[in-house]
Amino acid sequence: MTLDSKIPAGPLDRKWTTFKNNAKLIAPNNKRKFDIIIVGSGLAGASAAATLGEQGFNIKCFCYQDSPRRAHSIAAQGGINAAKNYQNDGDSVYRLFYDTIKGGDFRSREANVYRLAEVSAAIIDQCVAQGVPFAREYGGLLANRSFGGAQVSRTFYARGQTGQQLLLGAYQALQAQIARGSVKMFPRTEMLDLVIVDGHAKGIVVRDMVTGEISTHAGDAVLLCTGGYGNAFYLSTNAKGCNVTATYRAYKRGALFANPCYTQIHPTCIPVSGNYQSKLTLMSESLRNDGRVWVPKRREDCGKPPHEIPEEDRDYYLERKYPSYGNLAPRDISSRSAKEACDDGRGVGPGGRGVYLDFADAIKRLGLSTIQERYGNLFEMYENITGENAYERPMRIYPAVHYTMGGLWVDYHLSSNIPGLHVLGEANFSDHGANRLGASALMQGLADGYFVIPYTIGEYLSTQFGKKVDPHHPAFEATKKDVLERTRKLLSVQGTRSVDSFHRELGLLLWDKCGMARDKAGLTEALEKIPQLREEFWKNVRVPGSGDSFNQSLEMAGRVADFLEFGELMCLDALTREESCGGHFRTEYQTPDGEALRNDELFAHVAAWKYEGEGKPPTLIKEPLVYETVKPATRSYK
Amino acid sequence: MNFHLKVWRQNGTSGTGKLVDYEARNIPSEASFLEMLDIVNEDLVSKGEEPIAFDHDCREGICGMCSLTINGVPHGKDRGVGTTCQLYMRKFKDGETITIEPFRAGAFPLQKDLAVNRGALDRIIQAGGFISERSGSAPDANALPIPKPIADTAMDAAACIGCGACVAACPNSSAMLFVSAKAAHLNLLPQGKPEKDRRVLGMVRQMDAEGFGNCSNYYECEAVCPAHIPASFIAMLNRDYTAASIRETTSATA
Repeated sequence: MTLDSKIPAGPLDRKWTTFKNNAKLIAPNNKRKFDIIIVGSGLAGASAAATLGEQGFNIKCFCYQDSPRRAHSIAAQGGINAAKNYQNDGDSVYRLFYDTIKGGDFRSREANVYRLAEVSAAIIDQCVAQGVPFAREYGGLLANRSFGGAQVSRTFYARGQTGQQLLLGAYQALQAQIARGSVKMFPRTEMLDLVIVDGHAKGIVVRDMVTGEISTHAGDAVLLCTGGYGNAFYLSTNAKGCNVTATYRAYKRGALFANPCYTQIHPTCIPVSGNYQSKLTLMSESLRNDGRVWVPKRREDCGKPPHEIPEEDRDYYLERKYPSYGNLAPRDISSRSAKEACDDGRGVGPGGRGVYLDFADAIKRLGLSTIQERYGNLFEMYENITGENAYERPMRIYPAVHYTMGGLWVDYHLSSNIPGLHVLGEANFSDHGANRLGASALMQGLADGYFVIPYTIGEYLSTQFGKKVDPHHPAFEATKKDVLERTRKLLSVQGTRSVDSFHRELGLLLWDKCGMARDKAGLTEALEKIPQLREEFWKNVRVPGSGDSFNQSLEMAGRVADFLEFGELMCLDALTREESCGGHFRTEYQTPDGEALRNDELFAHVAAWKYEGEGKPPTLIKEPLVYETVKPATRSYK
Repeated sequence: MNFHLKVWRQNGTSGTGKLVDYEARNIPSEASFLEMLDIVNEDLVSKGEEPIAFDHDCREGICGMCSLTINGVPHGKDRGVGTTCQLYMRKFKDGETITIEPFRAGAFPLQKDLAVNRGALDRIIQAGGFISERSGSAPDANALPIPKPIADTAMDAAACIGCGACVAACPNSSAMLFVSAKAAHLNLLPQGKPEKDRRVLGMVRQMDAEGFGNCSNYYECEAVCPAHIPASFIAMLNRDYTAASIRETTSATA
């Protein structure tokens, strides 16, 4: 099997235009003949549903929450990048493209990333027209802020709630289409399988989470906009319900899963405080603009209150190791350095898994009121969660799983290798390579939904005239039967351990062996332990209640069962990629001073995995990454 | 810490429910309210009982999914700063009795235990809580300067997380704070002006049709709102609604 990325020929800056000029269109009177299934209602799903619905397609949109407005895109804080160059500071489409591809450690496709940068400006226009209340200057024009990994100010923001405001914009556009009748919304409905008819994705099997009813839905195309798989680690900044089920089920039906080992660990989160903890809370990266990160120089000082540790006994390790970027080093590097300090026994707080983020100098330099103005809400949030006042003693922070760059493999049209199955937003693998820059996730979700899929879906639909799938095709009933059988199996184990206990154990194992730093021995160990844990799960899990009712334990059980398989794929990919790049740091592959050592000769490719059946190892299919315009360089932030 | 819980249990929309007593034992004071319920649920599962169903998702105070009435106060806001998920157990006294109920309102049918259906709020948005705009046809974002104070006030209103605490707190089960926040957000902005009248008429009528009550100035909504939406937006909505109604009778609605 070879992968055709369908990248248009011609110079990089003409590819998208070339594509659009030759794209297959669906005439207005034909659009209403097509039914499109969209799973997920975050930035990608809601924007795609609203746009395609408005164009005249019949849309069915599904989400597991009680309203599409709750999708986890809502939690994004910082902002959205766009190459508007409103600051006249030298920004351009090319520069945004280059920063993104460099930030991704040269492990993403040039053409996709360039297109993302190209449509970024239109996203801002679109959102403002919808009424998104971006921050403004006194002159009434839009304000920008700077963000990690860039030397220009191109980030648009709405206080610390940019994700919320962008999602509400897309949600409102979606609601307008629901009112018009072009979109039918199915809240509290979870996709549990993909229906393949003659090799094409033609429907899904869903569970009504209130009544427990399992039903099938047929469509001419299926769009998965179901987010990332960070919750495989149990503790992450994701919402509790985020899961890999939709994409993993598609993988088991033949869709390729690309780069599952690329996960992003965010450096500034509130540390874990106990084993009851259910999720981790992010503290905006902007805090690193004024806070200084340190740990004690000596292990024996770790128990002391921070103010009793004199200046000369503190190790400001980021400033020491990366003098030119200091506390503003990129996410992957900052996270790894915190881990190294804690591994060295110099971590602070409960369990020794924390480092200080100290504002004492900034308060001295700028005054308390300036710091309150800049970060007041974050300090309040920190105090609410930890009970500590960060104006008086340094914050404790620690890295946490935040975003996943891997996802289902897609071509330039956002189509997976299964005809008809398209994948948008965090659920696909396409734009961020091995590390995502801040404020780029929102950009990608909205680019895919508003501006890419409306142009590319025609490539598939135009081949489907007169090929409407029969909703009574045996494939629907057969797939539904598989889902019912799986549900029955989960409920019938009736063992002694809760779903949550399995999820926690898997999460700890992945965090330990496939987290911020990975090595061959650890990954091999994880690959032995995960199947054992999975086996125990199917022998000893206890799922109370029944399948035909509102049953949150059953919902979680299905998701955790998929994480227990997916975790293995993640570790396998991490083991196979014998290099370090971006968020994937293999300790065996580093420079003498501890930096990531890429191997472009052997690993400048997308690793796409093909499911081969129960108990069989998946096949690795490589899509070489061809750089026509940029030259992969070593990232340096020293 | 230990707590006596009285939790509303109800099987499905049609069943009748009741408060059931549970003991929450060995709860760390750093645990959040929802984590306390997680611990209680783990205990119930280990005893072979059905865990308590409750809505939650982001657990960082922004998605609006969590919706518990704690000792009679939506989100337990007399002790917390925002949503239920942002309430921590150290705000309670050891040994305290805590009553946990769903967000109650006629327009929020109960689904199970503590989870309710807030689809009525989505339908209010469908009735006008948007700006009609075709993807790809927008003018340049800086073509329309918006005074900062207007943009800031619109943002204050847009901060609503759609949780429905305002409805649950109101003796009339009114959704006026929710409706007025969305109306104010969009009506204040120049992009929202063309549909202003249609918006307020549509949203208010849908609110009435869903069975939400009217506002009679109790201000309970403002007191429990995790997004600090001020009740003054309700005054703005009333004014806009009156003006739109008059224009409607003269066929001059925007």
